[in-house]
Amino acid sequence: MYSVLFTRVTAVWLFLLFLTAFSVAIAHGDLLGLTQRIVTIIVVIIAFLKVRFVGLEFMELRAAPLALRAVFEAWVALVCLGILLLYLFPGVF
Amino acid sequence: MQIKAVRSTPHLPGEEGLWVLILGDMMVFSLFFLTFTYYRGQEVALFAQSQKALSQYCGIINTVLLLTSSWFVANALNAARAGAGRRAQRLFSLAGLCGLGFVVVKVIEYSGKIDAGITLTTNDFFMFYFMFTGIHLVHVLIGLAVLSYAYHRAGREVLRPGDLSALECCAIFWHLVDFLWIVLFAIFYLMK
Repeated sequence: MYSVLFTRVTAVWLFLLFLTAFSVAIAHGDLLGLTQRIVTIIVVIIAFLKVRFVGLEFMELRAAPLALRAVFEAWVALVCLGILLLYLFPGVF
Repeated sequence: MQIKAVRSTPHLPGEEGLWVLILGDMMVFSLFFLTFTYYRGQEVALFAQSQKALSQYCGIINTVLLLTSSWFVANALNAARAGAGRRAQRLFSLAGLCGLGFVVVKVIEYSGKIDAGITLTTNDFFMFYFMFTGIHLVHVLIGLAVLSYAYHRAGREVLRPGDLSALECCAIFWHLVDFLWIVLFAIFYLMK
């Protein structure tokens, strides 16, 4: 019996929606009293965490040949780091 | 929770040629993301002020639409693998509807900006906004064509390995469109 509910992809989808709601909440509310820099760092890291989930789970890179998965993971890590560095140290680059 | 057997050998989703396209697109968009963040650093006040003119609701709705469409596509692929072609077709249609919803919201958003006198030439923020989200919108439109192809391909009497591989390619492209938007949403709408 094939079921859409209670599958791994459904759990991932719900988690992605939760991460979206969470990042919107911290970006717009003062709920934790965080500075804008901290908020942005969290928002950017959550975004790339979501990208990683879409890649590994939906695109099925988790079960892909290691080289392909490594390229994807490296892209996620490097682009995330690049954005954070440019954001935190705008005058340096 | 469905328990799946762990594959002993890695499985390349889609086809090699497709990944050249996908990785190439990822490189191009990473330059977009870094370019935007660099210029934001040069004009922080202007970018922060301009961001306030964006409709957060449109951004949030579109993020949810694409995430949900990706979920439908992932389920469609699993249905096709289980031999449930009709079910896969229904799920691809639902994904396509979410994608269409994204396009409608984007058109409403763009026309609201243009009505308010905000265009590509207003300032650097809106130049990047219209260019990068516009290029992404083109990807969504191509993705919709890809999904309709997947719909037809999933409708075959008996699905062969070649069909499943083609469906995987379609799914991967759509997920790419989804995750590129996740980053665009974060840097344009949420970055403080």
